[in-house]
Amino acid sequence: MCETCGCSIPDHNHPTPADEHTVEVLTGLMDANDHAAGHNREHFNRTGTLVINLMSSPGSGKTQLLERTAQAMKDRVTMAVIEGDLETENDARRLREQGIRAHQIATGSACHLDAHLVHKALHDFPLEIDGQTTDILFIENVGNLVCPAAFDLGQHVNVVLLSTTEGDDKPAKYPVMFRAADLVVISKADLLPYMDGFKVERAEQSLRGLGVETPTLNTAAGREPDIGAWIAWLEQQLESHRQHHGQAASAA
Amino acid sequence: MHELSVCEALLSQVRATAGTNHATSVGRITVRLGPLSGVEPDLLSQAFSIARNGPLTSDASLHIETQPIRIRCRECGNENEALANRLLCAACNGFRVDLISGDELLLAQVELRGVARPPNSPTERKENSDHV
Repeated sequence: MCETCGCSIPDHNHPTPADEHTVEVLTGLMDANDHAAGHNREHFNRTGTLVINLMSSPGSGKTQLLERTAQAMKDRVTMAVIEGDLETENDARRLREQGIRAHQIATGSACHLDAHLVHKALHDFPLEIDGQTTDILFIENVGNLVCPAAFDLGQHVNVVLLSTTEGDDKPAKYPVMFRAADLVVISKADLLPYMDGFKVERAEQSLRGLGVETPTLNTAAGREPDIGAWIAWLEQQLESHRQHHGQAASAA
Repeated sequence: MHELSVCEALLSQVRATAGTNHATSVGRITVRLGPLSGVEPDLLSQAFSIARNGPLTSDASLHIETQPIRIRCRECGNENEALANRLLCAACNGFRVDLISGDELLLAQVELRGVARPPNSPTERKENSDHV
């Protein structure tokens, strides 16, 4: 079909008008977001804060894992959480009840957080208060395995939760999200004996199919919590982050 | 459906390009999209038909060039095309691979109307470089 007049003659071509030109641009569509994310990351590096973007489907236990993490670590590590949900302050309230600072972003109908939303939140939610900085900031993204993967927030690490009440083939179904993960947490692992459909080995195999070496670890954050591997991973991330950024600061 | 956000970012880049070159309107917009970008071509097209209504772009059309997923094996060096959820080396079945293409999300070309002389791109870019 002719693209100019819409007729069906296959070779019909109109001469290009003299005032019509095609310009090569070659810029990334996410450039504006990525630029803002870069600013956020610089800010996080200045305050010496390790920032972890937590993503998963709704209901896989992100908030509960953070509640347990607060109980385990808040006495030795200063933690804060930025919560992304379409509506309500519920999750931020749950975390404040654990004695840590939490800020809720209500995204309205938006299915993901972006770097601008996080930037705006940081104006109302400073990471340094009275000379005391935040060691770890968790950004709990909107529960969604599709959209959040496309938006850099300025985080240092992406963690994706896969709960045992979901299918163990989720990585194959949502490759973009799981490829973005630096760690996959298999949550609700205490339910494994009851979940015939979920096998940790199959979840790992599904993840390997994406051509990534991403590590996995199991957590249970319910009545009988077992989050030792997660806490150990966090400690190690914090240590290597401090080393890396400590050196960067002294070199500058 | 984050394609509307992506589309708004696309259109603001297109309008900036048109503005810099004093164009009166925009024709065909070409985008390069890989399956691992997380953006669905059909949804982007739908979002575009809504979002284009505005200054300079109300008559614009969107042309999407879908890029193949290609990987290179870190173990044996083999290169092959792959599916989004099966990024394994076709030669040795290894999963230690690098993505060569397939995650693109690029504004490639904009057709500008009402421009008297050949236009300039608003962004600084290296000659002949399509790698971002």
